[in-house]
Amino acid sequence: MKTYTYTEKKDTRSGFGAGLTELGRTNPNVVALCADLIGSLKMNDFIKENPERFFQIGIAEANMMGIAAGLTIGGKIPFTGTFANFSTGRVYDQIRQSIAYSGKNVKICASHAGLTLGEDGATHQILEDIGMMKMLPGMTVINPCDYNQTKAATIAIADYDGPVYLRFGRPSVPIFTPADQKFEIGKAITFTEGTDVTIVATGHLVWEALEASKVLHAQGISAEVINIHTIKPLDDAAILKSVAKTGCVVTAEEHNILGGLGESVARVLATTQPAPQEFVGTNDTFGESGTPAQLMEKYGLNSASIVEKSKKVIARK
Amino acid sequence: MPNIKHLEDICTQVRRDILRQVHKVNSGHPGGSLGCTEFFVALYNEIMDRKDTFEMDGIGEDLFFLSNGHISPVCYSVLARAGYFPVEELNTFRLINSRLQGHPTTHEGLPGIRIASGSLGQGMSVALGAAQAKKLNNDDKLVYTLHGDGELQEGQNWEAIMYAAGKKVDNLIATIDLNGQQIDGATDDVLPMGSIKGKFEAFGWTVLEIEEGNNLEAILDGMAKAKAETGKGKPVCVLLKTIMGNGVDFMMHTHAWHGKAPNDEQLAIGLEQNPETLGDY
Repeated sequence: MKTYTYTEKKDTRSGFGAGLTELGRTNPNVVALCADLIGSLKMNDFIKENPERFFQIGIAEANMMGIAAGLTIGGKIPFTGTFANFSTGRVYDQIRQSIAYSGKNVKICASHAGLTLGEDGATHQILEDIGMMKMLPGMTVINPCDYNQTKAATIAIADYDGPVYLRFGRPSVPIFTPADQKFEIGKAITFTEGTDVTIVATGHLVWEALEASKVLHAQGISAEVINIHTIKPLDDAAILKSVAKTGCVVTAEEHNILGGLGESVARVLATTQPAPQEFVGTNDTFGESGTPAQLMEKYGLNSASIVEKSKKVIARK
Repeated sequence: MPNIKHLEDICTQVRRDILRQVHKVNSGHPGGSLGCTEFFVALYNEIMDRKDTFEMDGIGEDLFFLSNGHISPVCYSVLARAGYFPVEELNTFRLINSRLQGHPTTHEGLPGIRIASGSLGQGMSVALGAAQAKKLNNDDKLVYTLHGDGELQEGQNWEAIMYAAGKKVDNLIATIDLNGQQIDGATDDVLPMGSIKGKFEAFGWTVLEIEEGNNLEAILDGMAKAKAETGKGKPVCVLLKTIMGNGVDFMMHTHAWHGKAPNDEQLAIGLEQNPETLGDY
């Protein structure tokens, strides 16, 4: 079995910051907007190098989404930056009308997604954002798994013409994808090949899935770990091909299982080749204060939970 | 000097277009459309420095954003008669498979429309982005907007109004259609907003008033003054005092025709009061 290791942990938001900085140097049409969270979004270097291409909006996310839509009309490629909660639920109608329905080339870049922003608690921990964004016609939804993938995704979406929701987070998580890996929107990545169960994971739960696959391997269970970084458009073919081989699937995400990646996978399977599925994610609940590790443990967003669900789904075959 | 008679003829024809569009599908918003007819006609035929062809990026020309998208009938009529698309297409207003959706949208690719509007309060933010893009592009043309007065009850406007002054977006002229009416009644009854002029001034805008917002000469004069105020470090607001339903006597001075179409008899009366000038579609 192919195994993965890491030597460094880093926050995925820093991957976004690094990608944005690179875009500032390579693409003169890229502009950035922020609603009073420059440091949290790691936008400092872009701003330092391109002050004229940065718009500090203040604490006014609705206005930020509209301004971003307007900037596209003059040929700019705006990247908006704030927390995931304030990037989605707070401004859903602005995104819906002025960006998605109007087909504007805005990149909505959302940090501090999910439970793992930690101590700030449920007011800031959005677990519904993937659902909201994937429901918008024409919206591309991306949730990279580590620093390198987030940086690559940030750079890649500038070359794609259309609205994108890019979701990343605050905690330091292992860097296990190569720095030079090209990011292809909508293309799944198979990390380990296996025959007994398919584990489809997104975001930093991909690392937890890889950890789970090691545990399962030691117990004689062969798991195939697939990284879905693009939740929409979903790589249906990769999922179907894998499940045709393994006959069952576990999905893992730092998101409500209602409306998340798991439901998208279930739709693909149900309409083509039904197979048993188990869901790792939060279940119709708000988060709470705590350390990221405590929250991952309490809400079952870890390798132990993936191992348990894998055994359960295999038994259902 | 602009030919006022010609502009008046366009206005009369546009009023006919508005009535006929909403009558045909028994839906749409004639009241606010009629109230803004003179403004729209003056804007597209005299005030804006615009190109005859439509490019989304609008580089090197003035741009207009309609924030109160429900007055689409006047918008569509004026765009068609300005040459953006065939006037015959007004026949498709609000019909299935039409580019003339109930509220304006870019989705079907209608020339002349750069953003969807209808859900209120979003247009000023979009205009600010477009205005700032013009500055980045060293494009010295202006951005115009139109908003309903009731629409100012939406909070996003005040985020945008604060930002525009704070960031010195001085290539923007935002016009407020001050007709004092909204769906549920007079704005003073639904939610008294106090002095809109005082609010814009307190936020740091230059504010001009056009007392006779249905008088073409007053509009041309007022908008020329507004244009002269651009480029001075402050955004410019025009308070356009209009009469809802203007030009069709039984629709005037009431919110009753905000979102209601005339029946056959009412249409006939309205058309009689606005005889054909440029030719019906």
